[in-house]
Amino acid sequence: MFEWLQLTVPPAPAMFAQLLVGLINGAFYAMLSLGLAVIFGLLNIINFTHGAQYMLGAFCAWFLLNALGLGYWPALILAPIIVGALGIAIERLLLRHIYGLDHLYGLLLTFGLALIIEGVFRQQFGSSGQPYAIPSELQSGRNLGFMFLPNYRAWVIVASLVLCLATWFTIERTRLGAYLRAATENPVLVQAFGINVPRMITLTYGAGVGLAALAGVMAAPIYQVSPLMGSNIIITVFAVVVIGGMGSILGAIVSGFALGLVEGLTKVFYPEASSTVIFVIMALVLLVKPAGFFGRAA
Amino acid sequence: MKAAFATTLVALLAFGASTSAEISGDVVKIGVLNDMSSLYADISGPGSAEAARMAIADFGGTVNGKKIELISADHQNKPDIGSAIATQWFDNDGVDVIVDVPTSSVALAVQEVARNKGKVFLISGAAASDLTGKACSPTSVHWTYDTVALANGTGSAVVKAGGDTWFFITADYAFGHALERDTVKVVEDNGGKILGKVRAPLNTPDFSSFLLQAQSSKAKIIGLANAGGDTINSIKQAAEFGIVEGGQKLAGLLVFITDINSLGLQTANGLQLTEAFYWDQNDATRAWSKRFMDKMKRQPTMVQAGVYGAVTHYLAAIKATGSDDGLTVVKQMKATPVNDFMTKNGKIRDDGTLVRDMYLFEVKKPSESKGPWDYYKQIAVIPGEEAFKLPGPNQCRWSRGDAGERRRDLTAKSDV
Repeated sequence: MFEWLQLTVPPAPAMFAQLLVGLINGAFYAMLSLGLAVIFGLLNIINFTHGAQYMLGAFCAWFLLNALGLGYWPALILAPIIVGALGIAIERLLLRHIYGLDHLYGLLLTFGLALIIEGVFRQQFGSSGQPYAIPSELQSGRNLGFMFLPNYRAWVIVASLVLCLATWFTIERTRLGAYLRAATENPVLVQAFGINVPRMITLTYGAGVGLAALAGVMAAPIYQVSPLMGSNIIITVFAVVVIGGMGSILGAIVSGFALGLVEGLTKVFYPEASSTVIFVIMALVLLVKPAGFFGRAA
Repeated sequence: MKAAFATTLVALLAFGASTSAEISGDVVKIGVLNDMSSLYADISGPGSAEAARMAIADFGGTVNGKKIELISADHQNKPDIGSAIATQWFDNDGVDVIVDVPTSSVALAVQEVARNKGKVFLISGAAASDLTGKACSPTSVHWTYDTVALANGTGSAVVKAGGDTWFFITADYAFGHALERDTVKVVEDNGGKILGKVRAPLNTPDFSSFLLQAQSSKAKIIGLANAGGDTINSIKQAAEFGIVEGGQKLAGLLVFITDINSLGLQTANGLQLTEAFYWDQNDATRAWSKRFMDKMKRQPTMVQAGVYGAVTHYLAAIKATGSDDGLTVVKQMKATPVNDFMTKNGKIRDDGTLVRDMYLFEVKKPSESKGPWDYYKQIAVIPGEEAFKLPGPNQCRWSRGDAGERRRDLTAKSDV
C-alpha cells in the first residue's frame, strides 16, 4: 500500500549528510525570505520583484566577471550595491506612489516589474543559463567522515547565518531598527521627532533588494545564472514567508532553515513530492494558524 | 453542352479516384508548438520556429502553387495547454501539421489530438519512444531521436566500457520514465546491474540530495535520465560534491550542445553523449549552421536542425502527392528515403520512427577547444539500424505484424 514511500531508512551517517544538504538549501530560503520580510514588515509592500532582483544579483556578478574581470569576492560587495541602487530607483519612481493603497496594487506592480525584467533577460540570454565558476579559494571540499562537504556550501551556510543574525539584530536590537519599527507604526509622529521617514523607507527597500542580490551572487556558482532562476525559487520563498508569518524577521529565518530541512527529508523518503511539500505545509499552517508561526494576528 | 458535360464527368471520375488529391484551404499551414520561454526554450523554442521558416523559404514559399504559412505557440510544458492549442489550430486555424513539441508528456497529448483528426505530427523535440510504441499514430513521424536511440548510444557505450552498475536520477514525467526504462533494458541486456533510482521533480534547482543518494549506492555509473536545466544542475553539482573524483562516473543520457555551453568545458569535459547532429561535422552541416547562427546568434541543436529536415521532407511529400491529407502525406514520406544535411539515407519505419545514424560524442577539454561552440569530438557513428533497434517486441499495434489492427485503427478514426 505504501510502496511509493522509500521506507528503507538510510544509515545514520547518510541521514546526517541529507540533513546538512537540506540546511544549505534552507540557507537560501532564509536569505531570500529575510529580504521579503524586511520589506513587507516595514513598507507593507509584497515585493514580487524579489525573485527578479535575486536573478539580477547573479547576472550582475556574471557581468562584473566577464566585462570587467572582477571575480566573486568583489561581486559579493558590488552586486548588492548596484542592484540595491536599482531598487532605490524603483522605490522612488514607482512604489512610493502606492503606499496608501491596498496591498494588491503593490503586488501587481512588483509582479509586472518582475515579468518585464525577466522577459528582457530571457530575450537577451536565452533560458539555459551562463556558467559561473566557484571561486578558487573555495573550490575543493573536506571529508567529514559521513559526507564530502564542498567548501563553498559550508561558506554559504556560515555566511547566511551571519547575515540573518546581523539583520535581525539591526532591526530588533539597535536604535536604527527602533526608528524603523516606529516609523512603520506611526510615520507622522516619528517625522515630528525630526526623522526623515521617506528617506528611511527608501533605504530600507534598497537594503531588502540588496539582500536578494547578495543571495543571487551566492547562488551563481551552485545553480545556473539563468533568467529563470528567480521565478523558479520565488514562489517557494513566498510559501516560506507565509509559514513563518508575513513580516516577521525571526519567522523568516527560522522557517527558511526548517523548511530546507523538511524538503531535504522529503527528497530521501518520497522524492516525487519534494517540490510540493512546502506548499502542503503552507496550506496546513494557513488553516491552523493563519498569521503564520511567528506572525502577529492582525 | 454535351462536351462540357463529358468533361465534367471525366473530371469528377478522376477526382473520385483520388479524393484526397487537394490542398485544404488552398494553403499549407505549419504550426511550430514548443517551449518558447522556459527550461527547454533554448533546445527548441524560437530556434525551431526559425528552422521551419528557413525550410519554407528554401522550398520557395509555395508548394504546387499554394502558399505555405507558419505559426508558432508556447505550450509551457503543460499537456493540457498543448492539446488545447492543437485542437484550436486544427479546428479553427486550418493548421495542417504540428512540428517539434518537446516535453514528451505534451507530445503524447498532442499526438492524440492529431491522430483523432487525421493530421500530421512531426516530432523533433520529444524523446519518449512510446510515441512510436504503445501510443503510435499513423500520421506521426518521430524525426530526430528517441529514448531508445539514446539508450543504445550512450547507455551501451558506457556498459561496454566497464560501467556495469547503475543508479538513475530520473526526471519524474513521461520522458524521464521512458529514458530510464529503455536504458535499464540496454544495461541489463549487456550484463549490467541496476542498484537504485530516484525520481526528481521536473525543474529541481538542487540535486545534491539525489546525488548523495547516488553516491551512497556505490554504483559505478550515475545515469542522468533528465534534460535541459535539470541535467545542467545535476552535472554542475556532481562536480561540486566530488562525485567524479570519488570514482563514480556520470552518464548524461540526453545532453544538448546548449547544455554544454551553459556548463562550460571546465565542468563538462570528458562527458560522453549521443546526438543526431553536431554543427561541425562536415561542410553541409557547417553551411546550414552558419545560416542559422547568423539569425539566432547561437549554434543549432539537433532538435532545431531536425525541424528543418522534417518540414522539408513533409513539403516534398505534398509536392509529390498534390495533397495535404494526413495519411496520404505520411505514407509518401515513409516511401521516400531522407537525405539532407544531417541525415544520410534515413528511412521512416512503419511505426513512424525515422531510422538514421546517430553519433557518440565526447566533450572536449578546454585546451582542445578552439573557440565558442567548439565542444565535441566524434568518437563513434552508430548505424541507424543499431541505434533505433528496439530492446523488445514493437509495441506499436500495426508493427506487431497485425495488419488488420492498422486498418481498424484508421477506419475507427475516420468516423471521428
